[in-house]
Amino acid sequence: MFIVKEVGELKGRIHSFESLGAVDGPGVRFVIFMQGCPLRCKYCHNRDTREYSFGTKYTVDEVVNKIKRYVAYMGEDGGVTVTGGEPLLQIDFVRELFKRLKELNIHTCLDTSGFVQIDKLKDLLDYTDLVLLDIKHMDNETHQDLIGVSNEKIKLFAKHLSDKGIPMWIRHVLVPGITDSEEHLIELREFIGSLKTVQKVEVLGYHTLGVHKWAQSEEEYPLAGVPEATIEDVKRAKRILGIE
Amino acid sequence: MRFDAWKGFNEGRWEKEVDVRNFIQLNYTPYEGTDEFLTMPTETTKKLWDKVLDLYKQEQANNGVLDIDTETISTIASHEAGYIDKELEKIVGLQTDAPLKRAIMPFGGIRIVEKSCEAYGRKMNPDVAKVFHEIRRSHNDGVFSVYTPDIRAARSSHLITGLPDGYGRGRIIGDYRRIALYGVDVLIEEKMKGLELLDKEFDEGTIREREEIHDQIASLKELKVMAEKYGYDISKPATNSKEAVQWLYFGYLAAIKEQNGAAMSIGRITTFLDIYFERDLKSGALTEEEVQELMDHFVMKLRMVRFLRTPEYDALFSGDPAWVTEAIGGMGLDGRTLVTKNSFRMLHTLTNLGPAPEPNMTVLWSQNLPAGFKEFTAKMSIKTSSIQYENDDLMRGFWGDDYGIACCVSAMRIGKQMQFFGARCNLAKTLLYAINGGRDEISGKQVAPKFEPVTSEYLDYDDVMYRFDNMMEYVAKIYIKALNAIHYMHDKYAYEKIEMALHDEKILRTMATGIAGLSVVADSLSAIKYAKVKAIRNEQGLIEHYEVEGDYPKYGNDDDRVDDIAIEIVQKFMNKIAKQKTYRNAKPTMSILTITSNVVYGKNTGDTPDGRKAGEPFGPGANPLHGRDTNGAVAVMNTVAKLPYEYSEDGISYTFSITPAALGKEADGRVTNLIALLDGYFKQTGQHINVNVFDRELLIDAMDHPEKYPQLTIRVSGYAVNFVKLTREQQLDVINRTIHERI
Repeated sequence: MFIVKEVGELKGRIHSFESLGAVDGPGVRFVIFMQGCPLRCKYCHNRDTREYSFGTKYTVDEVVNKIKRYVAYMGEDGGVTVTGGEPLLQIDFVRELFKRLKELNIHTCLDTSGFVQIDKLKDLLDYTDLVLLDIKHMDNETHQDLIGVSNEKIKLFAKHLSDKGIPMWIRHVLVPGITDSEEHLIELREFIGSLKTVQKVEVLGYHTLGVHKWAQSEEEYPLAGVPEATIEDVKRAKRILGIE
Repeated sequence: MRFDAWKGFNEGRWEKEVDVRNFIQLNYTPYEGTDEFLTMPTETTKKLWDKVLDLYKQEQANNGVLDIDTETISTIASHEAGYIDKELEKIVGLQTDAPLKRAIMPFGGIRIVEKSCEAYGRKMNPDVAKVFHEIRRSHNDGVFSVYTPDIRAARSSHLITGLPDGYGRGRIIGDYRRIALYGVDVLIEEKMKGLELLDKEFDEGTIREREEIHDQIASLKELKVMAEKYGYDISKPATNSKEAVQWLYFGYLAAIKEQNGAAMSIGRITTFLDIYFERDLKSGALTEEEVQELMDHFVMKLRMVRFLRTPEYDALFSGDPAWVTEAIGGMGLDGRTLVTKNSFRMLHTLTNLGPAPEPNMTVLWSQNLPAGFKEFTAKMSIKTSSIQYENDDLMRGFWGDDYGIACCVSAMRIGKQMQFFGARCNLAKTLLYAINGGRDEISGKQVAPKFEPVTSEYLDYDDVMYRFDNMMEYVAKIYIKALNAIHYMHDKYAYEKIEMALHDEKILRTMATGIAGLSVVADSLSAIKYAKVKAIRNEQGLIEHYEVEGDYPKYGNDDDRVDDIAIEIVQKFMNKIAKQKTYRNAKPTMSILTITSNVVYGKNTGDTPDGRKAGEPFGPGANPLHGRDTNGAVAVMNTVAKLPYEYSEDGISYTFSITPAALGKEADGRVTNLIALLDGYFKQTGQHINVNVFDRELLIDAMDHPEKYPQLTIRVSGYAVNFVKLTREQQLDVINRTIHERI
């Protein structure tokens, strides 16, 4: 993956902050939405975080100071989640941030697509308590079409996490007619079964709450007409994945 | 003193003098367990509650008022006994001779009673009305006979609103527990002793106090008469659980028969009652089911408190509020928790009888509350949206460990402190007056003293701040002038005899002012400072509109640049209030609380320099303006928690609404997340938070199909309301308000 290097002091390009995140990792979390993503998911619900050149620049210090204001709310389970966009696009920034957070004993969680070259990670995982890994599709051809890139790196990344003993939650977006076939879900289940450090598997029903963000960037929404996943759809998928 | 009724209680100072706190401390049993012991409603409870629900239905069908007794002036013993169903009720006593029938209480003001009767198609008995028009003056008449033109102008231009000058001021909490513990006779004797001692220099103050104590004694005697009508002799202490609840409730009932007060809190009774329950449970006199039944029946009564008020009053404060506020939990000064089994039972009535706005359940939160209680309250909050939380760790330092909450957020030591309620002034309008040289931005009238308005095209921060400072000085002055007049007259014509009879002789009085529109003012000043604000004038030179060029830091995002402005305003205004001479040397305090009047305040306020348009609602209490908080709820909590309690001792209200999905994916996770949020917010020294957990869709559906949601309860600034009883405007305000729903 193309990794951005900025000249001068290390700064991250950040789309926004959410001070009350309760759905991206355990407990109450401070969530950082990094700007920029190399993927082109057709169902992207944060379309506005895609272009790297947007976003506001922050130093690690500035972000850490912000986070310090929220430590009181994190309880025993909570912490910080870095998501995006794709946080690994700004891997140096995330590594430095996590390093600092671990010095403060704050739980760190990386929400990523896993589309990264392993050797670029360096020691990032030493400072990462949990990875939320989004596996989009097991079939490479479909993946290529749906996401715009191959899924090889992602699978390797998952295996790498497993080998290194890094806890992960696997997430899968259930898009009716595209990612919900029984055959595919069984394949996914087998792949997850091959990983040793999976603590949780989450099925995220496809929704259209982010569609308006595509209109803002004057682009046609590629999945127009695809229905949202119903609660029943999600239940069925969970059954097949063996997590209910 | 020595009574058989006290058998089994630990001895102490409380036996020698009236000291309920001492009794509690020596006798209560802290409970650190879970909710497992709680029981379901009994058959009797279900039958009785069904009758009440049916009465509610009839009441709603009858425009919200079931019946009015237009003949009888309500006093403590004015009405014959009334029942829902005598056979089923374990705890008895109604405000009139029939359930939900409202009484007339003209001492606060005759006009409001007449108007209220008319609004519901009834007419007050003309002979009774005549008494108050021609013979006996009411509080309302008294106030208006002394109001000056500047006060009148500030009132009618909505610079100062909601003043208790036409109705009962409320916000006084009698120590109703004293009746159960000591019986009425002891309380009368104590007051007689006080009267004997009060023979110092015979000046106006002494004479007034002597008359007041005389009236207090008379009211205690009347209280006994009222209880006799229900077949009870309450001159002696309660001997068992049922009597303890009944004696205590009679005291409260006397208060709500005497006073149509703006807020009639019940205090801090749950743990007190637990002592009686424990004694009877231990001896086998009662089972857990029977104890819960007493609580359920008692709470039913508290849900049936009704006052006769005009539709305009209800529109301002939404629904039909009584603010029967009960403070639950908290920690003792000795480090033991004040949570008892009965703290659970009280909250459990929300399950047994379903959610409801009354009594106004207020959990005093501490980091050290037992885990089981934290879990239970969080669970009940998520289930019912009927609970508010206040920071016990913060307030204990100010008020000790036996304080209650008057109305929504006003802490006061039970039986030792009262307040002169002062509603609130409109700080956003004050800012506009500062800019417009004292002229009203809507009417163009010169309301405040005339001085040169802002003449530049763009607003300058230092210039506006200077003017604003002067205008706050003026508003503080007329505001306290008005309050002094109001409370002088209220003491004179509508004195709270029975509530004050349940206080010590020496009490702390506070003059409780309030401000509305804090976030609008902070954002306006921030816009002037960090962006450019252009003034748009009409033909008469009045600035009517503002154009904001560029962006500015907004209140509610934990951004010091603007939050510091808010803090500065709070301190400045409080300091100006503190300079004024108050009636009875009351200690001046301030609150940041609007209840639902943020809608009405906004309606009466023109465009503001933050870009808010004329008529748009303010944020409720200390909340940011809707939609301006872009960093999530915890950032808002951090902002609100920064506001200094020592400059706003009457309370700082924050209302938090979130969808269940955004609070967590699983039920257990939601509970632990809510606990973490409450711990965090209070650790940052926030004082008050309302917690709502619901989906916007649910509210929209309830707006269109009210019949499907008779008990849907939501928290608004400081208390809870039945959503379906709100005006459409208020419903829309709640729905449009930020509901945190990022998923």
